[in-house]
Amino acid sequence: MTAPPEVLPATGAASVAWLLFAIPAVSALVLFLAGKRANAWGHVLGVGSVLASFLLGVVIFVQALGVAPDQRTTELSLYSWISSGTLNVDFGLRIDPLSLTFVLLITGVGSLIHIYSVGYMAPHASGHGADADAHAEPSSDSSRRRFFAQLNLFVAAMLVLVLGNNFVLLYLGWEGVGLASYLLIGFYQDRPSAATAAKKAFLMNRVGDVGLALAIFLIWLNLGTLQYTEVFARIGELSGGTILAITLLLLLGACGKSGQFPLQSWLPDAMEGPTPVSALIHAATMVTAGVYLIARTNPIYDLTPTGRVVVALIGVVTLLIGAIIGCAYDDIKKVLAYSTVSQIGYMILAVGLGPAGYALGIFHLLTHGFFKAGLFLGAGSVMHAMNDDVNMRNFGGLGRKMPITFVTFGLGYLALIGFPFLSGYFSKDAIIEAAFGQEGWQGWVYGITATLAAGLTAFYMTRLMIMTFFGEERWRNLKAPDGEDYHPHESSPVMTGPMIVLAIGSVFAGFVLSAVGLNQWLAPSLGELQESPDGALPHALVPWLVLACSALGVLVAYLVVGRRPTPVQRPEPVSFPVQAARRDLYANAFNETVIERPGIWLTRALVFLDNRGVDGLVNGLAAGLGGGSARLRRLQTGFVRSYALSMLGGSVFVVAALLAVRFA
Amino acid sequence: MIALAQVAPLTAPPIDYAAIAPLLVVLGGACVSVLFEAFLPRHQRWPAQVALSVLVVAVAGIALGVYAGTAPAAGIVTLATALSVDGPTLFLWGTLLVLGFGSLLLIADRSVEPGGAFLASAVERASVAAAPGTTSGPTGVDPEHVDRSYGAPGEAPTMQTEVFPFVLFALGGMMAFVAANDLLTMFVALEVLSLPLYLVCGLARRRRLLSQEAAVKYFLLGAFASAFFLYGLALLYGYAGSVKLVAIATAAVGTPKSDALLFGGLALLVVGLLFKGSVGPFHTWTPDVYQGAPTPITAFMAACTKVAAFGALLRVLHVAFGSTHWEWRGVMWVVAIASMAIGAVLGLTQTDLKRMIAYSSVAHAGFLLLGVMAITPEGVSSTLFYLLAYGFTTLAVFGVISLVRNADGEATHLSQWAGLAKRSPILAGVMTFLLLGLAGIPLTSGFTAKFAVFSAALGDGMAPLVVIALVFSAVAAFFYLRVIVLMYFSETPEDGPTVTVPGAFTTVAVTLGVVVTLLLGVVPTLVLGWAGAGGLTG
Repeated sequence: MTAPPEVLPATGAASVAWLLFAIPAVSALVLFLAGKRANAWGHVLGVGSVLASFLLGVVIFVQALGVAPDQRTTELSLYSWISSGTLNVDFGLRIDPLSLTFVLLITGVGSLIHIYSVGYMAPHASGHGADADAHAEPSSDSSRRRFFAQLNLFVAAMLVLVLGNNFVLLYLGWEGVGLASYLLIGFYQDRPSAATAAKKAFLMNRVGDVGLALAIFLIWLNLGTLQYTEVFARIGELSGGTILAITLLLLLGACGKSGQFPLQSWLPDAMEGPTPVSALIHAATMVTAGVYLIARTNPIYDLTPTGRVVVALIGVVTLLIGAIIGCAYDDIKKVLAYSTVSQIGYMILAVGLGPAGYALGIFHLLTHGFFKAGLFLGAGSVMHAMNDDVNMRNFGGLGRKMPITFVTFGLGYLALIGFPFLSGYFSKDAIIEAAFGQEGWQGWVYGITATLAAGLTAFYMTRLMIMTFFGEERWRNLKAPDGEDYHPHESSPVMTGPMIVLAIGSVFAGFVLSAVGLNQWLAPSLGELQESPDGALPHALVPWLVLACSALGVLVAYLVVGRRPTPVQRPEPVSFPVQAARRDLYANAFNETVIERPGIWLTRALVFLDNRGVDGLVNGLAAGLGGGSARLRRLQTGFVRSYALSMLGGSVFVVAALLAVRFA
Repeated sequence: MIALAQVAPLTAPPIDYAAIAPLLVVLGGACVSVLFEAFLPRHQRWPAQVALSVLVVAVAGIALGVYAGTAPAAGIVTLATALSVDGPTLFLWGTLLVLGFGSLLLIADRSVEPGGAFLASAVERASVAAAPGTTSGPTGVDPEHVDRSYGAPGEAPTMQTEVFPFVLFALGGMMAFVAANDLLTMFVALEVLSLPLYLVCGLARRRRLLSQEAAVKYFLLGAFASAFFLYGLALLYGYAGSVKLVAIATAAVGTPKSDALLFGGLALLVVGLLFKGSVGPFHTWTPDVYQGAPTPITAFMAACTKVAAFGALLRVLHVAFGSTHWEWRGVMWVVAIASMAIGAVLGLTQTDLKRMIAYSSVAHAGFLLLGVMAITPEGVSSTLFYLLAYGFTTLAVFGVISLVRNADGEATHLSQWAGLAKRSPILAGVMTFLLLGLAGIPLTSGFTAKFAVFSAALGDGMAPLVVIALVFSAVAAFFYLRVIVLMYFSETPEDGPTVTVPGAFTTVAVTLGVVVTLLLGVVPTLVLGWAGAGGLTG
């Protein structure tokens, strides 16, 4: 292990690094508070603030490039948050290669998606042809302003998450992005499914958050500090068991935020949000926070091989689950969502490999940020053209109608399946190579599963391409869900522009990033990337194997989907594996049985015990509907005698228990 | 008379007047306030009472500040060891005075509800109540049946200014309660603080029956709880032969008597205190009373009663039962878990905002118990900090609630808050911030407070309880968020409530709460230092 680089105070442009998140935060506040007055210029401010952050990020990045690698890790102390006796927490920012990489990704991709949203969220009048009125998505000036306010809030919170130099700021950002994500998933308030999805995302994220909070408390209890530098310097003092507990709890946090097994099922539901949100939050940035967390705390993970094995296994399980389920869906956004789950699985696998994989995980995170954001924007463009329909069985032959979307989406597709010399080829192959490089059973399990999933990825993405852009124009004979005819058309330049930029990124990002030496750039934060030895399979063989597997996936997809007409109705019944995949491999059924039911029982039991909650609820509803004071009075139907009984019960318990404890 | 002469001359116990000056000022002010009520003409009472109350709190605050500057670090025991004025007492007195000040501002406000939120007995209102369909506001009143308390037709109705002496007495009782060094003083203080509260709960101008029902329930259950307290006191006296907290602690380590008395007494005593602190399962009064009482009084109870109850609990458990905490802690674990579960889970099912905040208060009581159970200096200081932080946030929340009204008075049903952000972005923003504070999001006082309490509990070996607490705070966050979502993302109902523009008093009180919630989240250092200055003295 190399010694961690010296931490220097931030200078120059980096000394105002707090502006990175302050600008979007202020913009969000202005948009929230200004109300209707900001409707006319709200989106301009929203886009401008993220662009400004991006430019500042570029300046700081260039400045960091200008100094020697061992001087790139800097901290900017903002102020002393708590300093009282044993509690000491300083607020400060850590500006180092890792956080700068994330800043550029968040603000760069964020800017593009903000620009795209100007068109996507535009009020009806802006003219998308004859069917503009047919849009199911309610969009108006005020909802667009609200949208930009929340998007800015998200960007600010995400920047806090990656820039903080301690676990408290990390937690602040973590909660902030969760809140913004919750709001944005539920953005279409008139859809009950959106509200349900938002709740589900929130609850599953809270499970992860509890893990993160516990990890933070555990670190605090054992080390008495939460600054990264101090924690990482002293983490070796702790016992192996404690370190393992901390890493597993951090992993739980990562699983919640990044949609990893067993908390993966919120992410596909989160697609209820507007498509730009899916692209920015639920593909490119927020869901990668778990990867960031593990990469950032790499000094802790370095000390616990067991912890890393668990991380890698979670990654492997998730990447396989995501790929399998992705094959079964007909909803274009859900396929992409499960693809995201699967790809983040690759990243988690990579960071689970330890020093041989941290940088590879970040590498894949960056290339994925480009092509997955591009794919989602493409999907949004398709939906825009198709009256917000997401069912691919109603698409077909769209390539001719929307050439720009087709080409940009196609490039993203090729990048994702790892077509040679496109982005995914560089980043994903590197992970699979490193996976095969592990010793013993690990190399075989990780490597083979990752290769298999690459083949599945090729299958489901090819299926998606064929069903959407090729073949018969099935929509000609169908009515859209809103009763109108379909009139597919290319989207406006404000939407296709960002798609083109992201497509260029999907093509070249992998090559450029590996050519300029991303791994060396990240070394001050993540340690030198260790070349993994030839393990189970020689490195020279792996790319060919992966390529063959992917080609097979494409071929099978062509044979199964491409050569036959696609039925408009979903075939039923189907074989058990397909059925299982359609049911998300029963993840929801599992959650319902294990978490939801007991939760409902607990609530019912408590309500019953509280012996007025039921009345309160029912009468409360009645009173809310009627509003009369006479009905309101009935709110209080609880009898004093039952209250007193409950108190007496509690008292008897306390007395009996105390005496029992004493005399037992 | 020879026998008398042989008895040592009865000397008055020395009294440190400087130390107890804040308490004396408040109680004295309350007496003056009663005189105002008796002798001033009706139209002069409101300005006089407001001025007097603010003055009393201010003078008490100054007296406290002057004394705190020179107070011995170890604290003193005065009034024949009846009161203990130590670091925590001074902090709690300060907390009570500032929270009391905020509450008094809310109580004094006449801009939100014309004439103020308080009204005389139901007898005077019979004429209005008898006419079905009429609202109790001044507009719907038949001129034939104008009741006296509204004054002449066309004039703003006057409010029941007796509420001021009541609140001052309650405040004085609370201050004595947290400083009480023996159980008898504590019991007297408990009654002094409780009786006025029972009364003021029933004074709501709107929804009178709800309000009076709440008052009666609170009184009956409060009497029940007081009886528990008193019986516990008796058992403990039987055990230790003294009601002094220190004497109980001494007896606990070296007396041959049966421990049944000690722990039976502790259990009953604690039940009385848990009732006041609305800790589940002794919380049953809380939702009804919070909902029925006039909102400024709810704010006063949520903020100050909580402070008083937990201040006293802290003293009892730390001073008298610190050495036996291994025996009682397990039971308190169960109580804390029950309270958190009841508050967090039942809060989810509520449809009335005031009831929801009441269950939130039950959940917070559970979190507070974690700090109280930690028999360490951190346990004391974190609990004190939590009380201050929670008090201000909840005070401001009720201040905001009082502003959203329709023709029937306050619109507290959740559905009525839908889409409120469109009408009043600032009010919705303030409420959002406060709710995030209650949820414990970083950079609000709620986070700092929870962080302090949980780390104190962890430091004293209660890791499993902290895990449970974190889970429940995660659950509880959901219902706060539900209100936020409702305000921002739902369509406004047709006949939705209006947002009253608050007068100076309410504005100051809410602003105070918001600023403190922010400051204690962003720069908590100074206050944490105060909370940690000096331990409990018996």
